Amino acid sequence: MPDNKHNLATGNVSFWNDPAKRSLLFQAILFIAVFAVGYIIYQNTQHNLESRGITTGFEFLDAEAGFGIIQSLIPYDETHSYGRTFVVGLLNTILVSALGVFFATILGFLIGIARLSHNWLISRIAAVYIEIFRNIPLLLQIFFWYFAVLRLLPGPRQSLEFSGIAFLNVRGIYLPSPILSEGFGWVLAALVIAVIAIVFIKRWAKKRQNTTGEQFPVFWASLAILIGLPFIVFLISGASLQWEIPELKGFNFRGGLTIIPELSALLIALTIYTAAFIAEIVRSGIESINKGQTEAAHALGINPGKTLQLVIIPQAMRVIIPPLTSQYLNLIKNSSLATAIGYPDLVSVFAGTTLNQTGQAIEVISMTMAVYLTLSLLVSLFMNWYNKRMALVER
Amino acid sequence: MKMIGLVAAATAISVSFASASISADTLSTVKKNGFVKCGVSTGLPGFSNPDDKGKWQGLDVDVCRAVAAATLGDEKKVKYIPLTAKERFTALQSGEIDILSRNTTWTLTRDVSLGLNFAGVNYYDGQGFMVSKSLGVKSAKELDGAAVCIQSGTTTELNLADYFRQHKMKYTPVVFDTSDQTVKGFEAGRCDVLTSDQSQLYALKIKLSKPQNAMVLPEIISKEPLGPVVKQADDKWFNIVKWSLFAMVNAEELGLTSSNIDAKKKAKNPEVKRFVESDGPIAKQLGLNQDWAYQIVKQVGNYGESFDRNVGKNSPLNIDRGVNALWSKGGFMYAPPMR
Repeated sequence: MPDNKHNLATGNVSFWNDPAKRSLLFQAILFIAVFAVGYIIYQNTQHNLESRGITTGFEFLDAEAGFGIIQSLIPYDETHSYGRTFVVGLLNTILVSALGVFFATILGFLIGIARLSHNWLISRIAAVYIEIFRNIPLLLQIFFWYFAVLRLLPGPRQSLEFSGIAFLNVRGIYLPSPILSEGFGWVLAALVIAVIAIVFIKRWAKKRQNTTGEQFPVFWASLAILIGLPFIVFLISGASLQWEIPELKGFNFRGGLTIIPELSALLIALTIYTAAFIAEIVRSGIESINKGQTEAAHALGINPGKTLQLVIIPQAMRVIIPPLTSQYLNLIKNSSLATAIGYPDLVSVFAGTTLNQTGQAIEVISMTMAVYLTLSLLVSLFMNWYNKRMALVER
Repeated sequence: MKMIGLVAAATAISVSFASASISADTLSTVKKNGFVKCGVSTGLPGFSNPDDKGKWQGLDVDVCRAVAAATLGDEKKVKYIPLTAKERFTALQSGEIDILSRNTTWTLTRDVSLGLNFAGVNYYDGQGFMVSKSLGVKSAKELDGAAVCIQSGTTTELNLADYFRQHKMKYTPVVFDTSDQTVKGFEAGRCDVLTSDQSQLYALKIKLSKPQNAMVLPEIISKEPLGPVVKQADDKWFNIVKWSLFAMVNAEELGLTSSNIDAKKKAKNPEVKRFVESDGPIAKQLGLNQDWAYQIVKQVGNYGESFDRNVGKNSPLNIDRGVNALWSKGGFMYAPPMR
């Protein structure tokens, strides 16, 4: 024993008995093992692909794709490359995910708050909504909206008409699209100026409230500026905006803006499904706030709406944000079910058609997986940052 | 869910090849398993479709049965694996199936870059269009601006784009995963036109709730030689599948059918004798039993029988033999001699 003591004192412990060195050794061994397994898999794949005569590499991305895609946010036709189909699919995935997150958040908060309403009917309706949509598989819901509901719409020639400028039929929603001419730049500039003005008004109002206690209707003022200023500039610059109205030509409507039913069905299903989960998260968040907070706010004479907005929700957000992040990630990943109804998302276009035409499964699948990983990590990074900002600052 | 399948298959290619490359010999695997794993469609009447008892039937299914009869002596020893067009090649590459017999078009790209071999052609087809009669269209050249329903991951998708480009017409592609969904989309009016191989159009037409309201346009815009596919670098297995198909065609030419082969066996015709007994060394080279060709005809029938039963005059599809007749009757069906 005296020996040991002496060793500890001088730091002269044998290698195996020093926990720090030992753990370092194990880390090193694990690292080498992981790396070696990865390397073996890579080598093995290369060898096997070669021996089977399967083409490898990423050259296929430059080859002409030769197939059409129903919806693309960037110019695309059959003469573009497979690389382009990747971007088209990616943008379509981002489009439906972003819209889905936006609508699901609004709907989810509304339902979550309704669930806690003192009105018996409202809270029961919210409860029924949650229990129905949370407990039916998403794929079935997508099929339901696409094959059962949207299919009831009439054909192109019997379209439902809205004052002759917008049309609704089984092929989608047809809206007039704006044609931008010169002079429209002024309107955009006015919009930017309006946004900057709103920021200043908000600051000024807060300062005034802090010093004098008087409140200023910031929301209504902002809304007026946001709509009014660009509109005045629009009239002054000579009403420079024209609309292209969809017209029935041959088989289908042409011109204007088309929202394809695949997008509508997927978006409706994703929104309704995810909102049910978000509603429960919001409810648990609000319920986690001590009832005393509400009572205190009421005692100060703050009305119920303001209490919710200024006292309850800000505190509840701390509880809400982490599970909300998971729901956003779920929604993004669930958007890949698009392939079931033919919405041209990344999985359908790139991991589907492109993979099949080129046969390069490994490259295509790894690119697709990398995209979902990156999207998810970005969302989670943003939400973590937001969570930190919202966290209760203790003094 | 499709995604999971593809990911699994891609992973399988990268990892399990370790074991697969050691036992690249499909024949011994099949003999060891006691069944042939055959990739078929998810349901296409006439080609591969389960009947009301759940038994797989069709022209493509008969190729699987013939290979099972040749290798294992029993046409029933097949495990059918339904695949969508998108999944089929990955399934074959990763060894999930031994043969892909699923109305697959033989193209240059597929032959040279996918690590696959086409074992022959069991149906000569071409791409066509089906429209609803109420549309009043008589020719594919009137289809400018139409919405077109297609099954994803097929040569059809590429031919369609080529055809509309060539005729300076525009179209809206509506792409579905399975032929069932494609038909549903067409019936619901999501698209004006359904495009596919002509044989498939006839098969899909009888699936419609009102088949009399739809019509197939006369234009055929492509060559679609359909046939079974196997993995590359296994010549033995490639030969077996190839010659199982040839045996069916040769049997028709020799007039051998499932019902008369036993009687004809006793006849002295040297060609028939060679067919049923396959002269010792040949069967051995193939790695099969002496009577492999006899078993195919006895249990599955010759090509003509298979055609009539599944897609021809004895089937609801009632497709004309046309170019799929024997070479001696003005068609393309020509098998190398068995000697």
